[in-house]
Amino acid sequence: MSITIDVENLTKSFGTFTAVDNVSLHVDEGEVFGFLGPNGAGKTTTVRMLACLISKTSGRATVGGYEIGNSSDQSKIRAMIGLLPENVGLYEELSAYDNLDFYGRYYKLSIQKRREQIEYFLKMLGLWDKRDDAAGTFSKGMKQKLAIARALIHDPKLLFLDEPTASLDPEASKTVRDFILELKKEKRTIFLNTHLLDEAERICDQVAILKTKLIATGSPEDLRHSLSNRKVRVQLELVDDAVTGAVKTLGFQIAEKTNNSLVIIVNNPEKENPEILKEIQTAGGRIQFVTEVGSSLEDVYLKLVRGTE
Amino acid sequence: MNLQNAWAVAAKDFKIYRKKINVIRASIAYPLIVAVLFPFILNYSIHKETPAVAATLAPSLMDSFSIWFLIGSVIIPTAITSYSLVGEKLQKSLEPLLATPMTDGDILLGKTISGLVIPVAAIYIGSIIFMALMDHFTQGVLGYLYYPNWHMGAILLVVPLASLMSVEVNIIISARVTDARSAQQLGALLMFPFIGLYLAADLKIFPFTNTNLLILAGALALIDLAFFFVSKATFQREEILTRWK
Repeated sequence: MSITIDVENLTKSFGTFTAVDNVSLHVDEGEVFGFLGPNGAGKTTTVRMLACLISKTSGRATVGGYEIGNSSDQSKIRAMIGLLPENVGLYEELSAYDNLDFYGRYYKLSIQKRREQIEYFLKMLGLWDKRDDAAGTFSKGMKQKLAIARALIHDPKLLFLDEPTASLDPEASKTVRDFILELKKEKRTIFLNTHLLDEAERICDQVAILKTKLIATGSPEDLRHSLSNRKVRVQLELVDDAVTGAVKTLGFQIAEKTNNSLVIIVNNPEKENPEILKEIQTAGGRIQFVTEVGSSLEDVYLKLVRGTE
Repeated sequence: MNLQNAWAVAAKDFKIYRKKINVIRASIAYPLIVAVLFPFILNYSIHKETPAVAATLAPSLMDSFSIWFLIGSVIIPTAITSYSLVGEKLQKSLEPLLATPMTDGDILLGKTISGLVIPVAAIYIGSIIFMALMDHFTQGVLGYLYYPNWHMGAILLVVPLASLMSVEVNIIISARVTDARSAQQLGALLMFPFIGLYLAADLKIFPFTNTNLLILAGALALIDLAFFFVSKATFQREEILTRWK
């Protein structure tokens, strides 16, 4: 079975308030899909709809070929997915082992399978030595890791991770991020809710930006390229009028100028850079090096999100 | 509803209660006090030099005392049920649980079992101690063993039905409050109708005869059924995730 997500015009309203408006997206099998958006954008509501926790108001969505909202498909979807909610929701009085063991029972795993899975994930996440300690005594990072292990206990091929590194310190964030990258190598499909753009850029194959409505979707690289100007920085021994004149003569705009560097806005650097460099050299400029000035996903995100306000 | 799933939910709650010894203490204190205190009071009253109570009145007093188990059956589940549900709300542990393949009915049944088993078991054990002590203290003056008898049997039939009503009402209350103490206080209000019944029995308006206790059992069974539908309507994952505060 192909573990994909297909969403068409999905909408969720609470009374007169629309939390998610006409969202359409597709997540391929084995892909890490980043769902970006500010707080209150509807990310958690979308995940809850896809995980069959709340109903949709309209639209259509299938998860692993099963349709959300179809009562006979709901338990099949829930059996197939793993969910890490925004609030980890561990049983604080119970040990790490028992937290996982009860979830193994909820998914009807045999005792033997539960033992194997618990040992595997607790060792993988560095919690095996703490298996008998109450979850309530764990640090935030440890709790987050335990909650991820809980979401994986039944070996789901599709994971919904809602803000997995939010409120973690940088070291714990990195551990969790590295673990997500390990899961990616195992070809699991991961739907990642985050407002951390750096995280999305590092982990995700595809991203979608949501602010009640879907604003943009694509790979982080495509979004960067399609939604912001590309720039090149040309480092020279000296920038003089002849050099700047040469660039302008070609019709390119200079975004930034210092004594020894120019940042030039280009549309197609692969094609236009040789032409620019040739003209600079002809004008007497002595080029030291050329680099692309990358727009970050953050630039694109802010541009898009602010654009909708 | 799947009993195996429901039992898994209840087993998790039982394991948590083992760590929360105060919840267990709250459940066993009441039946233990009733089981021990009343027999000793009766013993003192009928055996002192100038008896305060004639031995012939002992059976009616024992019947009257035993009604306290009935009152306890609605009070005791409030502690456990409210802790179970409000505790999950506070720890935000319901969302991952609701994301498993379990149905709302499985979870509700699990919560009902975990709210019911300890109080009913505590009352049954308390009633056995009560009957043994009462027989021990009264056999000499009555010339026979008063317990076991049909009256206590009828009371012990009503106990799980009354406890079930208490659990269901507490599930409904727990959906609306954010701390276990408020849930317990509101849930404990359920004892007043039963105290009313106790007074009605003393005033001979509704004496606790075996027939009347069976009528009460029937009425409670109907009330339980009605509350089951209300608690089921309250305990729906969308309701829990979006409205439970």
